[in-house]
Amino acid sequence: MGEVTRTVTIEGNEQGFATTKLDALLSWARKYSLFQYPFVTACCGMEFMAAVSPRFDIARFGAEAPRFSPRQSDVLWVVGTISQRQAPVLRRIYEQMMEPKWVIAFGTCASCGGFYDNYTTVPGLDKIIPCDVYIPGCPPRPEAVFDGLMLLQDKIASGDRSPGVVKPRQDPALAKSDLVTLRTSAGRAE
Amino acid sequence: MSEAALSRLKQQFGAAILETSSSFGDETAVVDATRWKEIALFLRDDSKLAFDMPIDLCGVDYPERSPRMEVVLHVYSTSLRHRLRLKARVGDDEMNGAELDSLVAVWSGVEWLERETYDMSGVTFRGHPDLRRILMYPEFEGHPLRRDYAANRTQPLIPYRTESEAGVPLEKLAPFGPDEGMSFGRNPHLPSHSEN
Repeated sequence: MGEVTRTVTIEGNEQGFATTKLDALLSWARKYSLFQYPFVTACCGMEFMAAVSPRFDIARFGAEAPRFSPRQSDVLWVVGTISQRQAPVLRRIYEQMMEPKWVIAFGTCASCGGFYDNYTTVPGLDKIIPCDVYIPGCPPRPEAVFDGLMLLQDKIASGDRSPGVVKPRQDPALAKSDLVTLRTSAGRAE
Repeated sequence: MSEAALSRLKQQFGAAILETSSSFGDETAVVDATRWKEIALFLRDDSKLAFDMPIDLCGVDYPERSPRMEVVLHVYSTSLRHRLRLKARVGDDEMNGAELDSLVAVWSGVEWLERETYDMSGVTFRGHPDLRRILMYPEFEGHPLRRDYAANRTQPLIPYRTESEAGVPLEKLAPFGPDEGMSFGRNPHLPSHSEN
């Protein structure tokens, strides 16, 4: 993460104007207002709910607003196993989305079929539609989801459409100093 | 628990009860497939049995046996609180004659279970009001839970994208290999297999 280089040119002058490239400005606006279409089919949905809910709060990234019409969405979150029977539905939803559009494969099943190596499961949504970011994990932790989201934001800013994969973090935290201590309002450690 | 039910069944039907077994409170009767519905009606209507609730119905394929397909029915009595497992064996090596009378008239709840058994195992239920596939799509060929359905055979509804179309390799990107902890895929061409 964070390997992507960005160049946004901002030049000031005495009159207080700033100029930038239109593309860079548009990309900057897009990366912080990603309307999502959640295509949630399986147990990964629980972890998706955690990522969206206040504790982890996907709204910090400007990506919280769900649009249940694909025509109003920017990011298609494919969360869970895609069965052969659902494949035409998924492709139709992707085709209905307006450009520019991005796809995130949430979890191992959406990325590659996971352990459902059988007659009923599509072995990864990239067999059906293009994919921008793969988030491995069964299910991925919300931290991995945000790594994926930030990777997508970097890609949007730099105009990079090649697929990216979220790298695993060191998990669980091994040193005590890596742990977060939660405190109640009384100041008592929980 | 329901050994009494088992002995009552044997007493009523005699030779039509081919085998019985009983272990850890699970009572099982293998019955003559031609008397399947008659026995089911007796299980429901007899006051000492009163099995009013079908729990599950499925098919189990034993290709080495003849008949090869075993249809398993689990029933429960909500008033007497006992259970019974009923089995019938049907179908020769080519699955000819894999037919049973439908029990929808006995317990309407088995309608979808019989459709599932038809879909997965290919057992036909005579007199079923709507015997269609229930889990797989209508275009699907064959019955996936039979042992002779090839384990790696898939039937996609829409053609997969090709690598030239996608412009990127589609056969799994890293880290979907051994380090992902998901290396038990069956495809021998994947690195997870060649390395192990």
